[in-house]
Amino acid sequence: MRDIANDYVMTGRFEERGWSNLNRFSLFEHFLWEENHMRNMLLASAAIFVAGAFAANAAPSDGRVKIGILNDQSGVYADFGGKSSVEAAKMAVEDFGGNVLGVPVEIVDADHQNKADIASNIARQWFDTDQVDAIMELTTSSVALAVQAIAKEKKKIDIVTGAATTELTGKQCSPYGFHWAYDTHALAVGTGGALVKQGGDSWFFLTADYAFGYSLEQQTSDFVKKSGGNVVGAVRHPLATTDYSSFLLQAQSSGAKVVGLANAGADTQNAIKQAAEFGITQSGQRLAALLFTLAEVHGIGLEAAQGLTLTEGFYWNRDAESRKFGERFMKRTGKMPNMIHAGTYSAVLQYLKAIQKAGTDETAAVAKVLHELPVDDVFGRGGTVGANGRMIHDMYLLEVKKPSDSKEPWDYYNVLATIPGKEAYIDPAKSGCELVK
Amino acid sequence: MTMIFGVPVQALLGQLLIGLINGSFYALLSLGLAIIFGLLRMINFAHGAQYMLGAFAAYLLLHFAGIGYWPALILAPLIVGVLGAVTERLFLRRLYDLDPLYGLLFTFGLALTLEGSFRYLYGASGQPYATPAALAGGTNLGFMFLPIYRGWVVVVSLIVCLATWFLIEKTKLGAYLRAATENATLVQAFGVNVPVLLTFTYGLGVALAAFAGVLAAPIYQVSPLMGSNIIIVVFAVVVVGGMGSIMGAIVTGYMLGIAEGLTKVFYPEASNIVIFVIMAIVLLIRPAGLFGREA
Repeated sequence: MRDIANDYVMTGRFEERGWSNLNRFSLFEHFLWEENHMRNMLLASAAIFVAGAFAANAAPSDGRVKIGILNDQSGVYADFGGKSSVEAAKMAVEDFGGNVLGVPVEIVDADHQNKADIASNIARQWFDTDQVDAIMELTTSSVALAVQAIAKEKKKIDIVTGAATTELTGKQCSPYGFHWAYDTHALAVGTGGALVKQGGDSWFFLTADYAFGYSLEQQTSDFVKKSGGNVVGAVRHPLATTDYSSFLLQAQSSGAKVVGLANAGADTQNAIKQAAEFGITQSGQRLAALLFTLAEVHGIGLEAAQGLTLTEGFYWNRDAESRKFGERFMKRTGKMPNMIHAGTYSAVLQYLKAIQKAGTDETAAVAKVLHELPVDDVFGRGGTVGANGRMIHDMYLLEVKKPSDSKEPWDYYNVLATIPGKEAYIDPAKSGCELVK
Repeated sequence: MTMIFGVPVQALLGQLLIGLINGSFYALLSLGLAIIFGLLRMINFAHGAQYMLGAFAAYLLLHFAGIGYWPALILAPLIVGVLGAVTERLFLRRLYDLDPLYGLLFTFGLALTLEGSFRYLYGASGQPYATPAALAGGTNLGFMFLPIYRGWVVVVSLIVCLATWFLIEKTKLGAYLRAATENATLVQAFGVNVPVLLTFTYGLGVALAAFAGVLAAPIYQVSPLMGSNIIIVVFAVVVVGGMGSIMGAIVTGYMLGIAEGLTKVFYPEASNIVIFVIMAIVLLIRPAGLFGREA
């Protein structure tokens, strides 16, 4: 029964319906806010006295910098980011030296269970009473949108690496909010546009029957058509379906060259595994997973995943630097990083660099530096940050290797193409974000 | 091409077959549930978790002992069945005299604990389990490409279902079992060891779930959540078939599998609720279920 509830939560994942969830809780949160607000006023007046004594000190306000990693640590996305991301964040702190402006950096983490209301409460507690300076990762779009709204209200920084929606840097952008690893637009451009160029010009979609699936299908269809391809059909499957054979038969008989999987997590895994069973790829059709990472490829194994095309913002086996990072991560977590893990590492590192450069951990000053400072680390090489908060970096179109071509454990991808950041991400000027003038 | 309701006959045949395959899992699982409920009057909420345990037992046997699919098909249900029997002896037995709600709560808690532990140990994404070499590949039936393994699932589950039905309805052991549920005191007075019978029954029901789990391992991910995805549907199957009716559970399992398969052709969006709609209708018309006796 609890899992039905969980499945419902999954519908809140990545999509707008999460907002209905939010609205239901907004009244409750409002009361909570009122209460917190009163408490804050008292605290603030007390703080003024204290602050007066230390006014000359430019170091971070409370003697330390605290970063909160808020993500799914027990649900269907626990492998996608989860505890391993916390480890990635700690690696970034260690690489930075453990201190910034002479004060220690601390990582805290919590499991939001993919629920926007739980995440909101944790975020408020972190900001209000635990002196957390920034929240990162935020898997699931509904959670990311909710927490970004709170961070904006409290004038705190959030850097999203786990969620997909372009809304975060679109209509709901925040002057202190950043979107780091990927988004639905980049996935659609990568897998949709690039595959057409390689001859995959007719598409059939297997789409999860909720807003996230629709928007992924819609955005990808647009790129397929723009690149000269056509969409021959689509079938909508209910969320958390276990058996895809029926839908796969429909995809097979459509004769499309590419079967696009506009779903996520366990849904995509089962669909891919069963597609292998029904000989979809062997019969010449190509499978394209629109949201899939190294962690999920590892989960289903190369035998079932071979030939799959997908887009990620990071691959550990890209070059010497990424391999070195991958191996360090492997030692600590027992697995190789995907774009979420590497993205969180990069976000934490860049945040610390920004504090260093700004000479303070004060939100507006750090946000200003974050918008200006070029990103140059193992994940976001040559990255820039738009006025809407979008970190623009290259993405990779990847193909899963045949088991016989894989030379070592976790050697899973062939890099088909590098998609320049400017093509992958929406031009900040056209994002619909009010901060871009 | 001949059409029925705007759908090509060939596509329809394919979907019917797929419905039958899914029905096999429903039948195996609801059979175990029906046996446990019929004889122990216990609603076994841990059934989904025990199905998951079966799949994991096969996976662990392969990875730690190098034992392949075929021995696992026997060994995994045996191991999980014995675990079930131990659970019955240690815990469930103490709940028989209490309100049935306690049994439900206990098994629900057990399911959460098992799933949580496996999720902690193996992650949410699950582990792959390869199809045995002898059953790999597929064959073209003309109207669809049938993976051989799926054909095997239909055949073997049908055999196991019928064998279980035979054991309970037609053998002396089955007669003892049925008598013990009607009047335990009287049967005990005739010298039959009723507590051992009940332990055996629970173990059998659990072993059936584990067997379905091993069958499912090559098709789905061996994942901690695989049981909770299917258990609610299986409960609906048991309710539609009639609580405690052995044959009812088997027939309804296959029937609802097919109904679900057909829905996926005509209106895919409704495919995961069609079983519950059928359940609601059946409950309105025949509250005891299609094959149940009116109490």
